[in-house]
Amino acid sequence: MLLTAPTLFWLVVFFIVPTLAMVAISFRPTTPYGGFGEGWTLDAWKALANPNYPVILWRTVWLSLVTTVICLALALPIAFVLGRLQGKWRAIMLMLVVVPFWTNFVIRVAAWRILLHPEGWLRESLVALGLIDADTLLLYNQGAVLMVMVYTYLPFAILPLYAAAERFDYSLLEVARDLGAGGLTAVTRVFIPGVSRGLLTAMALVLIPALGSYVIPDLVGGPDDEMIGNKIAQRALGDRNLPQAATLSVALLVITLIPMMIVYLLNRKERNQPV
Amino acid sequence: MKKSGAPLLVFVLVLVFLYVPILFLVVNSFNEARFSSTWGGFTWKWYMALFDSQNRDLWEATQRTLIIAMASSAASMVLGTLSACALHWYRSRLQQANYGMIYLPIVIPDLLMGISLLLFFVALGVTLGAVTILIAHITFCASFVTVVVLGRLQGFDETVIAAARDLGATQWVTIRRIIFPLLAPGIVAGGLLAFTLSVDDYVITFFVTGPGSTTLPLKIYSMVKHSRELPLINAISTIFLVVTFLIVWWSQKLTRSSPS
Repeated sequence: MLLTAPTLFWLVVFFIVPTLAMVAISFRPTTPYGGFGEGWTLDAWKALANPNYPVILWRTVWLSLVTTVICLALALPIAFVLGRLQGKWRAIMLMLVVVPFWTNFVIRVAAWRILLHPEGWLRESLVALGLIDADTLLLYNQGAVLMVMVYTYLPFAILPLYAAAERFDYSLLEVARDLGAGGLTAVTRVFIPGVSRGLLTAMALVLIPALGSYVIPDLVGGPDDEMIGNKIAQRALGDRNLPQAATLSVALLVITLIPMMIVYLLNRKERNQPV
Repeated sequence: MKKSGAPLLVFVLVLVFLYVPILFLVVNSFNEARFSSTWGGFTWKWYMALFDSQNRDLWEATQRTLIIAMASSAASMVLGTLSACALHWYRSRLQQANYGMIYLPIVIPDLLMGISLLLFFVALGVTLGAVTILIAHITFCASFVTVVVLGRLQGFDETVIAAARDLGATQWVTIRRIIFPLLAPGIVAGGLLAFTLSVDDYVITFFVTGPGSTTLPLKIYSMVKHSRELPLINAISTIFLVVTFLIVWWSQKLTRSSPS
């Protein structure tokens, strides 16, 4: 018991209490000095009806879901290939996939910003090849946000799927083929159910951080691509409306709890099922 | 079985996608031309420019980042090791809750951790700065160290402890001579992970920083955001990349070299 005490104490003080403080502050009135006043009010919650916020909330959920689907679609074939490799090659290929993610997150996003820069090599070559118009920007649009989100969260999809594929018995696919299934049918009916546990973990590991994106829309998105994270930062540090920042954060917390609960419940159901 | 080429093709294309922006950045850090559209020849000048007196604030930010990273990894190594041992050897209802509390800071978006700590510090009237950054970093690093050390404990041979006790070792001697040396690679690997996470962190630091406590990721971010000195960013990033690779490579070596 004594062993956990310091860590338990630390996490209660600096994790649980701040989260509760955030919920409490969302019911406080604002003050002109950028803090929050005494008394309780629903003002900040009512302000969520401001047409801006539902649009941004919806965009956040939508972009995160699309990111998750693309990440899973790319990670499945990668896990499939990695899981079938043996010994040294598997280690080398896994390393090749993981190494880019050792790079600092801000630097990775910055690299994309520099690559897509209006005066950069990529845009100028595309213009020279006649593939895009001279006034088309590669940056500051939703496509750029989506691409960098996929780039950032892809390893969170690959690693759990690879762990599942590693345990998958590939001879089952041969059996399916022998029984007359086509290649695609064998994969969708045998491989995908076989790695379903990994698929579920991958879904949650991509969706949850994607919902909390802030850096990516800020650096490669335009004003119409803002996500809830950007609004939280603006309210907290821009115009210093702390209760509003708190309500938006509580809303984001509730949204991220949904995938967490789904994974928890499905995992529990699977564990209780007799094999 | 006929092997379809489609998954392999996706694999190769994704690898290209993963490496292009990073390689582009590294190559451009040696580009004489200011913009990447032309190759102006090989140069070290952007690296040299980092040593100019006008870029002194970069070095101050680096120093601050490293001090915070060392302090937070040291503190989280202690907290993480204690909680991993407790979670591994004692089971109770309270421990179940503790499990959840260790994993939550890892899963929830870092943005939420940053904003809740900011609101907490403002509510208490704490001045934001290096100390609040340190507290925030210890909070998320401790969870990661716990998970790494727990992984090490899962392969722990419990009979070694029993043997030591049978041979007359006191509890303290068992901890110092048996448990600690066996756990050490896990603790160091956890500490290195904490160090890289702390050096890497932008989002949480951004919320709990105060005037005059800029860290390197914050500095790079503002340079990127205002598109100032893009070639300098290439050079810093390349150095950053090489250093992170060395640290991760070392920690991977440590995790693999298990004496068991």
